[in-house]
Amino acid sequence: MDFSWLTQPYYQSYLWEGFVNTLVLVGVSGVLGLGLAVAFALMQINAPRPLAMLVRGFTTTIRGTPLLVQLFFFYYGVGHLLPGIPGLRESVFWPILRDPFFYGALTFTISVGAYSGEVIRGAMLSVPSGELAAGRAFGLTRFQVLYRLWLPRAIQLCLPTLTGEMILLLKSVPLVSTIAMMDLLMAANIIRDETFLVYEPLLLIAGIYIAMTLVLTGAMRLIEQRFPGARPVATRRRRLLPG
Amino acid sequence: MELYRNEGLLDWAGPILQGALVTLEIALLAYAIGLLLGLLGASARLSHWRPLQATAVGYSTLVRAIPELLLIILLYYAGPQAFNSALDALGWNGSIEISGFVTAVGVLAFVQGAYMTEVFRGSILAIPCGQLEAADAYGFSRWMRFRRIVVPAMLPNALPGMSNLWLILIKDTALVSVIGFEELFFTAQQAAASTRSYFLFYAVAGALYLVMTLGSNVLFGRAERYVRRGQPSA
Repeated sequence: MDFSWLTQPYYQSYLWEGFVNTLVLVGVSGVLGLGLAVAFALMQINAPRPLAMLVRGFTTTIRGTPLLVQLFFFYYGVGHLLPGIPGLRESVFWPILRDPFFYGALTFTISVGAYSGEVIRGAMLSVPSGELAAGRAFGLTRFQVLYRLWLPRAIQLCLPTLTGEMILLLKSVPLVSTIAMMDLLMAANIIRDETFLVYEPLLLIAGIYIAMTLVLTGAMRLIEQRFPGARPVATRRRRLLPG
Repeated sequence: MELYRNEGLLDWAGPILQGALVTLEIALLAYAIGLLLGLLGASARLSHWRPLQATAVGYSTLVRAIPELLLIILLYYAGPQAFNSALDALGWNGSIEISGFVTAVGVLAFVQGAYMTEVFRGSILAIPCGQLEAADAYGFSRWMRFRRIVVPAMLPNALPGMSNLWLILIKDTALVSVIGFEELFFTAQQAAASTRSYFLFYAVAGALYLVMTLGSNVLFGRAERYVRRGQPSA
């Protein structure tokens, strides 16, 4: 085991950039994805039938195909068609549309939306309808019922599952190295190519991922405990990792 | 590349379907080995001998905390070497060339086994212990108890988790394309690159995966109805 390359600022900057990119990617697609998940869940429960069917079909497709294929589909497939749209190349959006980060964030957001949307939908359906009726009886508007009662109660029910989904999101980040985005795996690949050391960089980032998983689990546990109406800690199911 | 510009979906339909078959093959093999590893892991976790327990906990915790792609790349490099040095230690001279197929199956099975360990552990723990005591009281041997009581009693609890893992496994097979193994997605990548119709071929690959996962859903639904026979419907 030879870790002497770690002292080189050159490699450090790669690793640091990969680490920061990983965090930003998880943050952006986690937040946007959960928003999308709530939208997907609501549309499947409340929207007119054709729209609900459409959303259902879309989430089934996303959940039934590999994330890597989706990533390639958006980055190479859709990305290849974009320059054909007249005027797009000259527009202000072009620098964004050329950036692999955009495609990574897009794919992961949709993926989180589809997987967590299914979780949130199930939780929303298991909130007793009497509570929602009580809200209406107290004169809350439909929107107030949604964001004061229905969503908080549903999220309370499925928060541990959402923790698992967030960890799955974190663990899918190395996929973006295949579309030439600088993440930890990409940094490890560069170091491997230049130092001819195979195991050390990979083991290092494996360690970083284990640490990140533990920190993320801890952070989500804090949120679970702080969430209004959380059950007492003692009776909570201990859940270190998903699965 | 210019030469192949006129190729289309029809020219690549054969190789892509061939790739889909390879994907199914490695998925099925890895699943079978993963089931075995999972059963072993779960028995180790539930055993009373501490070192065995700790090994199983370490295996399932570590594997589940590291991203699949990273593990696949790590094991792809480390696996054959570890295998050969193990052979060396046993007094076998010379190295064995390990094919891409074996590596792909081995790596996926190793990952699958860790998740399967947790599924089996949970569903074995959910068996009411009175049933196991009854088996002991009737003088069942350990193997007989496992085959006649533990397996049928745990399957209804384990099957939803097992079907989830099968779906994850089908999707994970795409990851072995990254280490250059020729399966469905690798073939689709080649087709896309040589015809330059990226959109078309990645959509086709996605559709084939979707057919596999939706088909498996139907089969697992049937299997679940079968193992739940005689139980009150939920």
